[in-house]
Amino acid sequence: MDETILASIEKYIADQILKQPNRKIAKEEALISSGLIDSFSLMDLALFVEDTFGVRIDDTELNAETFDSLTQLVTLIESRR
Amino acid sequence: MTIVSDRLKVLHEQDPERVSVVLQFAGKDDLPLTIDRLIRGSVAFSQTLAREDIEPGDVVVLILQHGEELVYAFWGAMLHGAIPSIMPFLTEKLSPERYRADLAALIAVTKPAAIVTYSEFEADVRAALSPGDSVRRVILTDQFETESTAPLDSLRGFEQGSDDIALLQHSSGTTGLQKGVALSHRAVFNQLNAYGNALSLSDQDLIVSWLPLYHDMGLIAGFLMPILSGIPLVLMSPFDWVRAPYRLMQSVSKYRGTLSWLPNFAYNFCAQKIRDRHMEGVDLSSWRAVINCSEPVRYESHRAFYEFFKRYGLRREALQTSYAMAENVFGVTQSPLGSEPVVMELDRESFMVERIARSAYDGRPSMKMMSSGRPLENTSLRIFDQHGNDLPDCIIGEIALLSDCMLSVYFHRPDATQQAFRDGWYLTGDYGFSLHGELFVSGRKKDLIIVGGKNVYPQDLETLTYEVPGVHAGRSVAFGMFDDTQGTEEVVIIAEVDSDDEDEHQRIADALRAHVTKNSAIALRHVKVVGPKWIIKTSSGKTARTANKEKFLKELEESK
Repeated sequence: MDETILASIEKYIADQILKQPNRKIAKEEALISSGLIDSFSLMDLALFVEDTFGVRIDDTELNAETFDSLTQLVTLIESRR
Repeated sequence: MTIVSDRLKVLHEQDPERVSVVLQFAGKDDLPLTIDRLIRGSVAFSQTLAREDIEPGDVVVLILQHGEELVYAFWGAMLHGAIPSIMPFLTEKLSPERYRADLAALIAVTKPAAIVTYSEFEADVRAALSPGDSVRRVILTDQFETESTAPLDSLRGFEQGSDDIALLQHSSGTTGLQKGVALSHRAVFNQLNAYGNALSLSDQDLIVSWLPLYHDMGLIAGFLMPILSGIPLVLMSPFDWVRAPYRLMQSVSKYRGTLSWLPNFAYNFCAQKIRDRHMEGVDLSSWRAVINCSEPVRYESHRAFYEFFKRYGLRREALQTSYAMAENVFGVTQSPLGSEPVVMELDRESFMVERIARSAYDGRPSMKMMSSGRPLENTSLRIFDQHGNDLPDCIIGEIALLSDCMLSVYFHRPDATQQAFRDGWYLTGDYGFSLHGELFVSGRKKDLIIVGGKNVYPQDLETLTYEVPGVHAGRSVAFGMFDDTQGTEEVVIIAEVDSDDEDEHQRIADALRAHVTKNSAIALRHVKVVGPKWIIKTSSGKTARTANKEKFLKELEESK
């Protein structure tokens, strides 16, 4: 597990999506199924991942079945790099 | 005068093989439904209702997502003479407990005879039922009749008269769900006629929509109007659109769409999130009107949208505005197509303080306001002062309307119905002014918050805050604050607690954010927890939302 990827996504979600820079997100915390990430922000997350790590997440994959935690998202990114 | 069933029959006789609706699903092939297929599916559903002993005049609540079943259930209910009402589906953001409470509130007032949903959702629906309530059947999609054996005109929907109620529209939240707007067949067709004329609707048109059908803009402009007017509709799911807003443009390009409706925030959302690579090969030159509706309309949002999409063939004069509400079926005004909506540059202070729309002068601070257009041919508007006197041009007052397509009643709510009218005029609760026959909408009398086109009642959010430990009843306030970047309102909640401890405030703020979002499906941008005696109360002990909003904004300004 690449901790720098994880940390940068956590920071992006806290700063840009939740607008709560001090918010800590646990590695296994549910992001989508819990409603933590608003559906209006899912595309932002996908664009951030694409721009930062060069990994494309299709819009049909922006759901809890594909990834629902930081760990799962990082695993997905690593599998496609 | 016609009724929905008659119109469907005529459309079927004219050209059964014409494609009426193309349903789109992300990652799957498009599904075209001919009129014949739509009618057969709907007849089969009306037979399902007959089998389940649902009577004409009964309310049937549809809790279904985008798809074929929703189309058949809606039109099939009407062909049976029942009254359909579409309720939002449970989303990840909303807790199941709150959803059940909202559904129970709807059932208590609307008294539906049946609820239609999926088998996987049956348990959630049944949990909202109580012994002795009105719901006689929960009908699951896998129990739908699949064969339409009955002749179309043997169905009981053909027995209806034009003053019978055709459908109910609700807005969201506990308050909205308890106020169903009941619309007659007469009102529906009068609206379609008048609004169709305002748009110069013709058989050359094609409507593309992603809007949810539980909202008036989606239900009327993006579903009922095209289907009943015999104009093709390309319909995608709001869930797919929000994850990939460029699908709207791709569909307009693919099908040569001519008309779409969007809430104001969507102009900002599309302009900010769509990238050039999503737009390869897309040509928007067929779009003759993209109509901004259901939230305050902003010139800046139109400009941002135009600046991004002009290189894909979007015409400047395609950007249009409308003022609409379920209580008038849909459209109240429409900007004249073919030219840009009127934009006024107003003196800010006169507008804010004197409530007068005065042209900007002497280089003083100004603001742009965009017109929502002119009243439909069947709708008259007045601007009232607080005593019910008519106001002249450029003076801000409450907008009232009179038309031949107004609601029949708020369903089972004689109290709300009576309050809504003055001498036959419907009081909209919106503020605005008129100028040379154009309507400019400036704000709301009611404390309603509109987030991304969705109506949110602050009292519903405040009630939720009282459920958070540490927050006492009557000691929180919710209001909306316009965000220029998003092009819509954002929700602010202020809660007063006994403690002055900062850590304790932070902890309660986190809990508030989580609880309110989970129970309202509304994301909160600002949650402020304050110590004792912060919140301003009126003399009667109620929280004064406007005064608290002003205090909050002043503190926010000072902290910068």
